[in-house]
Amino acid sequence: MSGIRLLVGTRKGAFILTSDGTRKSWDVSGPHFGGWEIYHLKASPADPNRLYASQSSGWFGQVIQRSSDGGRTWETMGNKFGYEGATGTHLWYDGTPHPWEFARVWHLEPSLTDPDTVYAGVEDAALFRSTDGGQTWKELPGLRTHPSAGVWQPGAGGMCLHTILLDPKTPGRMFIAISAAGAFRSDDAGASWRPINKGLRSEQIPDPTAEVGHCVHRIALHRTRPGTLFMQKHWDVMRSDDAGETWREVSGNLPTDFGFPIDVHAHEPETIYVVPIKSDSEHYPPEGKLRVYRSRTGGNEWEPLTKGLPQRDCYVNVLRDAMSVDSLDPCGVYFGTTGGQVYASADAGESWTAVVSHLPSVVSVEAQVLP
Amino acid sequence: MIRVVLPAHLRTLARVDGEVKLDVPPPVTFGAVLDALEDAYPMLRGTIRDHVTRQRRAFLRFFVCGEDLSHEPADTVLPEAVAAGDEPFLVVGAMAGG
Repeated sequence: MSGIRLLVGTRKGAFILTSDGTRKSWDVSGPHFGGWEIYHLKASPADPNRLYASQSSGWFGQVIQRSSDGGRTWETMGNKFGYEGATGTHLWYDGTPHPWEFARVWHLEPSLTDPDTVYAGVEDAALFRSTDGGQTWKELPGLRTHPSAGVWQPGAGGMCLHTILLDPKTPGRMFIAISAAGAFRSDDAGASWRPINKGLRSEQIPDPTAEVGHCVHRIALHRTRPGTLFMQKHWDVMRSDDAGETWREVSGNLPTDFGFPIDVHAHEPETIYVVPIKSDSEHYPPEGKLRVYRSRTGGNEWEPLTKGLPQRDCYVNVLRDAMSVDSLDPCGVYFGTTGGQVYASADAGESWTAVVSHLPSVVSVEAQVLP
Repeated sequence: MIRVVLPAHLRTLARVDGEVKLDVPPPVTFGAVLDALEDAYPMLRGTIRDHVTRQRRAFLRFFVCGEDLSHEPADTVLPEAVAAGDEPFLVVGAMAGG
């Protein structure tokens, strides 16, 4: 029977949760790298035992870890993330020019086909790639040197490149998202980029429909239909059916359209999940009720999923990288909270169980099906 | 033999227990000590000072014989007591929570 491995990054270490295909009982391993912030861990789709982890600390900076045995042992890889050429400036919070400064790796995205190739999205926003299993990193500078980059500004969490989507059908196509610059697409394997933010509307910037400047929190796609993208923006849930060329709002009947993660059912490309959060300054669920909302119509019509989730006095947040799905049938859905809970659903969201309840604040969750 | 005391998280990263002992030819400057430390434990590169600028990370300090050398230039020669191994070179993480 297949198994499931959940890779959980927290503010104070990484945890690996494993279960068999029933997804009823879980073993917990960790903390790995205790005391360090683990923004993200992810497995290679081409080698399930190859894991990459981003480990960082305010004291000691960035470390990259790699495992070749599914997380039992780790080796420290290269951590030199140097911007290519002149670093240039972006806008600081006060609107003045500010030089690009590397802070940390937010997201690691292994290649779909090569275990030794992995992309890193970093703060200040840039995209790096390693083709030697994480030993050395080279920037793909076409993004950071895009003509619009001089007016990019950080979101409250920093100017982070937090989402990397590799198109499984169109060679060389990839999507990234930056807070608060927006979404970008490359059709030449990361060499050149263009903003794909037409249709987004953000009242918090001087020109609400500007080409860049939108605080995109997360984008997601279904592997069989990568031309359709779903987006959780700062406010608004959006959808594109033309690979990001244009977007339309699909917030529909959500109780609030603010939130961080968004994900797509593994087998139903029109079934999507979000976790509505009250507002940009009240980072907790409305009414103290933790509810995942599911749309089976690709947006607009949403239903709350509450069975097994706290429905009173709940004031946690769910961060942008902290939701994931597995590809078993029925589809498993997972998310972690800033309160240290990891919730699992083995029935596409109908019911939920807290796999663990007292971890450090959860930053990221990735589900991996084991052979 | 130079004795170096690392913060706990860097000992874990370098997979060492207790003090690190390094051979550093004279003159024993603290830049030379850090070079030798990073050569012996490459996984520490970038965690104590920046890869490119070689600037100390803001929340780390270098203490020697009860003195804070953090703001001294890297070619500062360390006291004989450190060069002789009688006193350690301390890499200290800032006192801060979180």
